[in-house]
Amino acid sequence: MRQTAESTLRTPVGERDHRQGPANAPVTLVEYGDYECSFCGEAYPIVKHVQREMGDTLQLVFRNFPLTAVHPHAQQAAEAAESAAAQGKFWEMHDAIYEHQDDLSTNGLLDIGASIGLDRATLERDLASGKFEDRVYEDFMSGARSGVNGTPTFFINGVRYDGNWDFDTLIAVLREVASGSR
Amino acid sequence: MTNMKPLPAGTSAPDFELKSTPDQSVCLHDFRGKNVVLVFYPADWSPVCSDQLALYQQLLPEFDKLDAEILGISVDGVWSHLAFAKDRNIHFPLLSDFNPRGAVASAYGVFDESIGESGRALFVIDNDGDIAWSYLSPSGVNPGADGIFDALEALQVKAAV
Repeated sequence: MRQTAESTLRTPVGERDHRQGPANAPVTLVEYGDYECSFCGEAYPIVKHVQREMGDTLQLVFRNFPLTAVHPHAQQAAEAAESAAAQGKFWEMHDAIYEHQDDLSTNGLLDIGASIGLDRATLERDLASGKFEDRVYEDFMSGARSGVNGTPTFFINGVRYDGNWDFDTLIAVLREVASGSR
Repeated sequence: MTNMKPLPAGTSAPDFELKSTPDQSVCLHDFRGKNVVLVFYPADWSPVCSDQLALYQQLLPEFDKLDAEILGISVDGVWSHLAFAKDRNIHFPLLSDFNPRGAVASAYGVFDESIGESGRALFVIDNDGDIAWSYLSPSGVNPGADGIFDALEALQVKAAV
């Protein structure tokens, strides 16, 4: 049982995940994020930048961790991104939401969806019925079981990363891992 | 981190009675027969504590499934706790280890005398009142909930044998 050891990812990256980059990349970065969280909004362009720099040496995975006690729209936004995934547009929606964090009301999310070409009626129906509620909760619990302690929480090759995630620090750590020196 | 040494697994959990509101008290022995998660945290309102407690609030149904009650403890006064709980939508008891300051944290080995606050420590106490797991986190690091779940599940397995 863990006493002082690091927290690790309990649900391995797999088919159900939203992934970018090669599955056999030397580094896999898993982000547990909340669409209403301002820190996640700050992390979003940093992660994009890191992806550009790392190229094929990085696989990125995004999992939902909506902190509903403090972020009233986070759950709905996560479900909207999952609905987009069912329409084959997860990453477009993920990006668009982080670029429009100021309005995550139902109408706001429908507008964001429309802006990337999602079928508005389908998205509206999925949100109203809570079609992806369980999917989002599975992510949330996989995170809670893995030691996610706020958002964003990053796992680098399965180990929770507690350091700073400003661009310079994060890229340096990821490069070290990629080169096998960490 | 000063000389904090959290009571280890296998120790009997020191009983206490602390105020949760200006006119209500909570005793540890009232929870005999249930598992208890004690969450010592340095202070209401600090960013790390807020995230940590918001997470536990969201996980209440999961703790309930594992037959566990969760109690937060800091040296803040009851009025601070009330305002903090209301502001952050926290619905589990926050206990005030205020007078004498940090006495309960001291009994559990997690009072940091140099700053007059408790460390960020977790205890899982079984339904017989014994400590099943304890963990002291670096003060600036939110320990999350994975260790708590592991400890509670281990208790379930034990109970089922």
